[in-house]
Amino acid sequence: MSFLRRRKTVANSTSRGSDRGDDEEEKKKNEKKGENIKKGKNVEGKKIEKWSCIDSCCWFIGFICSVWWFLLFLYNAMPASFPQYVTEAITGPWLDPPGAKLRKEGLSANHPVVFVPGIVTGGLELWEGRQCADGLFRKRLWGGTFGELYKRPLCWVEHLSLDNETGLDRQGIRVRPVSGLVAADYFAPGYFVWAVLIANLARIGYEEKNMYMAAYDWRISFQNTEVRDQTLSRIKNNIELMVATNGGKKVVVIPHSMGVLYFLHFMKWVEAPRPMGGGGGSNWCAMHIKAVTNIGGPFLGVPKSVAGLFSTEARDIAVARAFAPGFLDKDVFGLQTLQHLMRMTRTWDSTMSMIPKGGDTIWGGLDWSPEEYYNCSAKKQKNNDTSGAFKNDKANIVKKNINYGRLISFGKDNAELHSSKLERLDFRECLKGRNFANTSSCDVWTEYHDMGVEGIKAVVDYKAYTADSILELFHFVAPKMMKRGGGHFSYGIADNLDDPKYNHYKYWSNPLKQRELPNAPDMEIYSMYGVGIPTERAYVYKFSTQSECHIPFQIDTSVNGENEDSCLRGGVYSSDGDETIPVLSAGFMCAKAWRGRTRFNPSGIRAYIREYDHAPPANLLEGRGTQSGAHVDILGNFALIEDIIRVAAGASGEDLGGDRVYSDIFKWSKKIDLKL
Amino acid sequence: MLFTKIEMEKKRQIKEKEWRSCIDYWFWLIGYVCTIWWLVSFLYQCLPVKLIGFEAIESPGLRLKREGVIGVHPIVLVPGIVTSGLELWEGRPCADGLFRKRLWGSTFPQILKRPLCWLEHLSLHNETGLDPPGIRVRAVSGLVAADDFASGYHVWAVLIENLARIGYEGKNLHMVAYDWRLSFQNTEIRDQALSRLKSKIELMFITNGYKKVVVVPQSMGSIYFLHFLNWVEKPPPMGGGGGPGWCEKHIKAIMNISPAFLGVPKAVSNIFSAEGSDAAFVRAVTSGVLNFDYLGLQTVEHVLRVCRTWDSIISLMPKGGETIWGGMDWRPKKSNKLAKHFVSNNTYSCGDMQKGLHIKEPIKHGGVNSFGKAVSQLLASLLTTLDSESEEISSNCNSTNINLSCGNVRTECNEMHRESTPKVAKRKGNTGRTDLDSLNFVDPKMMKRAEAHFSHGIADNLEDPKYTHYKYWSNPLETKLPDAPNMEIYCLYGVEIPTERSLVHKLSASDKYKHIPFKISSSADEEKRSVLQNAVYFVEGDERASVVSSGFMCAKGWRGKTRFNPSGMATYIREYQHKQPSSVLEGRGLESRARVNVMGNVAVIEDILRVAAGVTGANIGGDKIYSDITRISERINLKL
Repeated sequence: MSFLRRRKTVANSTSRGSDRGDDEEEKKKNEKKGENIKKGKNVEGKKIEKWSCIDSCCWFIGFICSVWWFLLFLYNAMPASFPQYVTEAITGPWLDPPGAKLRKEGLSANHPVVFVPGIVTGGLELWEGRQCADGLFRKRLWGGTFGELYKRPLCWVEHLSLDNETGLDRQGIRVRPVSGLVAADYFAPGYFVWAVLIANLARIGYEEKNMYMAAYDWRISFQNTEVRDQTLSRIKNNIELMVATNGGKKVVVIPHSMGVLYFLHFMKWVEAPRPMGGGGGSNWCAMHIKAVTNIGGPFLGVPKSVAGLFSTEARDIAVARAFAPGFLDKDVFGLQTLQHLMRMTRTWDSTMSMIPKGGDTIWGGLDWSPEEYYNCSAKKQKNNDTSGAFKNDKANIVKKNINYGRLISFGKDNAELHSSKLERLDFRECLKGRNFANTSSCDVWTEYHDMGVEGIKAVVDYKAYTADSILELFHFVAPKMMKRGGGHFSYGIADNLDDPKYNHYKYWSNPLKQRELPNAPDMEIYSMYGVGIPTERAYVYKFSTQSECHIPFQIDTSVNGENEDSCLRGGVYSSDGDETIPVLSAGFMCAKAWRGRTRFNPSGIRAYIREYDHAPPANLLEGRGTQSGAHVDILGNFALIEDIIRVAAGASGEDLGGDRVYSDIFKWSKKIDLKL
Repeated sequence: MLFTKIEMEKKRQIKEKEWRSCIDYWFWLIGYVCTIWWLVSFLYQCLPVKLIGFEAIESPGLRLKREGVIGVHPIVLVPGIVTSGLELWEGRPCADGLFRKRLWGSTFPQILKRPLCWLEHLSLHNETGLDPPGIRVRAVSGLVAADDFASGYHVWAVLIENLARIGYEGKNLHMVAYDWRLSFQNTEIRDQALSRLKSKIELMFITNGYKKVVVVPQSMGSIYFLHFLNWVEKPPPMGGGGGPGWCEKHIKAIMNISPAFLGVPKAVSNIFSAEGSDAAFVRAVTSGVLNFDYLGLQTVEHVLRVCRTWDSIISLMPKGGETIWGGMDWRPKKSNKLAKHFVSNNTYSCGDMQKGLHIKEPIKHGGVNSFGKAVSQLLASLLTTLDSESEEISSNCNSTNINLSCGNVRTECNEMHRESTPKVAKRKGNTGRTDLDSLNFVDPKMMKRAEAHFSHGIADNLEDPKYTHYKYWSNPLETKLPDAPNMEIYCLYGVEIPTERSLVHKLSASDKYKHIPFKISSSADEEKRSVLQNAVYFVEGDERASVVSSGFMCAKGWRGKTRFNPSGMATYIREYQHKQPSSVLEGRGLESRARVNVMGNVAVIEDILRVAAGVTGANIGGDKIYSDITRISERINLKL
């Protein structure tokens, strides 16, 4: 009997258990109407009723904390292979990372490797600062979490900007590049730059003694890194050391992004005589360098930098803006963040190294451009072949001349009109008017305030700018900056490379004005870059009439093409590239100017193009993808890593399979009429 | 029936509610604590810095900057043993996901998570003294390598910060990264560390306008750099091929901080407790956690076994034998300044022991043992209580040290030792020299490796061609300094911190090794404890290296033109008196000077900064001596 009873209660209790939800509701009611329910039995009700708001707050916090700790504990107790197991269960077996795969093939560390990071990705740390930066000694100002940007933005901006006149340190501030592999392995926590490549190289036996990160201060001009920090000398010394300690094996240099230009500069510097150069002698490169594998190199500049310098609106230059788009765009606390940023980036000489080079010859004039019939919808068609026929028709109609040559045009009409119909007023003679507003009211000073209304008007009236006239525009808009830049960089094409003036260091980073590649017939130059992502190529601007403290020009984001296949979107004409650098800039030198024996490449250094078609990550678990072609993500592209490891292990360009091309780069470079 | 049912139901409900309210209160409590904690830490953050540290002591860098001192000479920092980081480059499956993470240094997170895996990766190959197959652990490079060893434990950070004040930065400040586990020549063979150092010094010399470098080695770093000095001028392949005059051309001064020129009279077993004793975490881990036989893993033995694969430790063993460390009948310090820390209550057997120790003090001092001192002391005392030959106690401890550390890990070794101890014990008193012999006897494998890389004697004739071999390069008594008359050598160290010279130093040490003797004789638990307590002796000096080791070479061996210093380069001794940190807020104290702490000392930093700014030793005041190092070294009868 008793047994039965018990069973009953058990059954009862389970049924009660299902009612638990109701119980809780009741309890809540109890809490609310604690006074009404004052039955002696309900002890708990009383207790809960005593709890004030603060108590329940504490309860809530404690609850969150406990749950958090519990999860953390579970996470820590989880075996390390668990995430991989889950991923494999969902997406199928993981690909072997290229390092492990090639190790199985028997490859091992051979040539020492030098990394040259690009702009923005290298960390900067504080060595001496103003009062406001107390306690930040040797902490990262750039890179890492950017914690200081949020905590003390003005102080941060102050410390990162350079002197407006000299382009060097400001008085009492020393911000220096982080050195070692940590400088650029991760840009921000979890956002890899070089880390994947380093990890894969380590698998075949590389370590610190045969890997070297040539960290440099990417804010200052290339020659100034030598003047201030002796960075070029250090790189030279380190390369020599690595060659010596690794049994005379030549190094493989892997520059990325702006590092490509930096290393071009280095190669000229190292062979030039002292004091301007490194005094390495005329065969230094031949003796020390096996290959230069340029990843996403803006050899001929980036149109994005135009927008960046003109109005701080491109992603890569003003990357800080991308971190907090909402925060920076709004005038939080009346801080005029964008202007501050612009003032800061304007003091960085290096940004000027990426202004498009080669002028109209390369980038196209008012009515033509190398990529003029580029089909922006090509990528999409590949994806859905079902409607291919229909789309092809459509594409043919759409396929019309796009004036990529006009890097900046004011208004969509001006971007499309034929040049004969375009009425342009020259801005050059226009006198800069007096200040059109009381600038003192704006605590931020940009050079736009010096231009005055007339100047700005004149700029707008010129309507369309090609690569050549862009330079003039910059001279007009920001004379101080261009004066500094003119001392360090050049943008044109050399007619006669034997002219002794081209020995000056300002020509060293311009492949079209540099006095030829080094005399090193055994060296190899690779150009590796991603393709298949729409890349900014030309802009449609508008005159913005906001208050006087704002930058007067903005990209006209309201302008779009006729249909979804159009290359014009959001005021930006895009063409093929890796999201930052158009194919033309990355590939032209290797596709044509350096191919075979030309006047730019007299010793016939072999040049290869390796393109990597972009495939977005299949799912979230893949992170940033193993087949990505995007500018920075390409450093995690397995195919590229494999190529690099093979080169580092001793393979030549032929062993890799020579060129690997997806885009129309050869067709386009044919159109460019450059004397070789 | 129904009633009981209802009753039970009620009870159940109440129980449930009680249970719930308990959880509620738990959450409430945690939330409450968290909130208060956040509030307090928020307030702490908001407080201006000035307010907390009352009037913070002005850093020497700032003061000197105001005086117009500007850094001229590039600086090379050479960290010592244990204090610089090691990271993983290739490992076994158990170390997945630790690629390029620190195994040694920072917070030692991996010890707790996977202790055995950690030890496996840190140990080297038993015979070659290089990497075991499939494992690559490398030194961290750059200033981060040693600036903060464990968080909050400033090894070099304070010095670097002060150097930065007078204008130093990455281009003229370099931290030598070398794998401190390897023997010195092996760092060149495996990592080309010496070549890199050479090229770095040359580079800094050139890029800084042909200014010579100032080298700042610390502890074992100073013998490493001594090795480098000899290596760099010798012809390749054994040497660096810099040619004679390289040092003269490139080096202005060597400022040894607490150098361990003549070895440290204590080693392996104490490295954890000594170097790590300040970092609370390390201490907790090494002497606390490892103490337990948790999971029956015999952690201490494992640690010791790992340590013994590290060749570099052998370089820290006392050099110079009886001449330096005192023979049987006398010690360098006749005047007994020893601060004896006797514990008053002694058990019966210890009274005996104490007497023995007391009487035979000189002998004990002469007998410097180096390995597993705590362990050895224990065993020795245990063995000898059976013999009740108190005279032999102190000498036995020298010989038996190693075998004990073998403990259960290598039992055969232990077996061998039980038999051999009586034999060794017959010899009355082992001093520094014979100590090595006994080590040789005890652990031939280790000593075979060691003998190929280090030498601990005194050279009779330095012209002997055998002294060109690299194993003599790190022993100041068997090498000549380079021919560089303009170079300066400084010995900077702290005095008046009690240091033990021949016996176990810390009380905690007795607990630490408690379980090992258990395995041999479980009856002696009580005695052992008090014996050790009695056995604590202190000699004036730095916490680790005694004054003799740090100062003797500068005070006598290299003073003037001697056979060890043929070019007669100037040597200076700078001693710093120790002051305890005045308040908790000051943390490790700017005036403190216990070995690693010396680097946070205002006076040391000031001296280094001034020398870096181009001042010579005579200008900063020449010698500054508080201890009786001159008297001690006078007594040491070394042919010069």
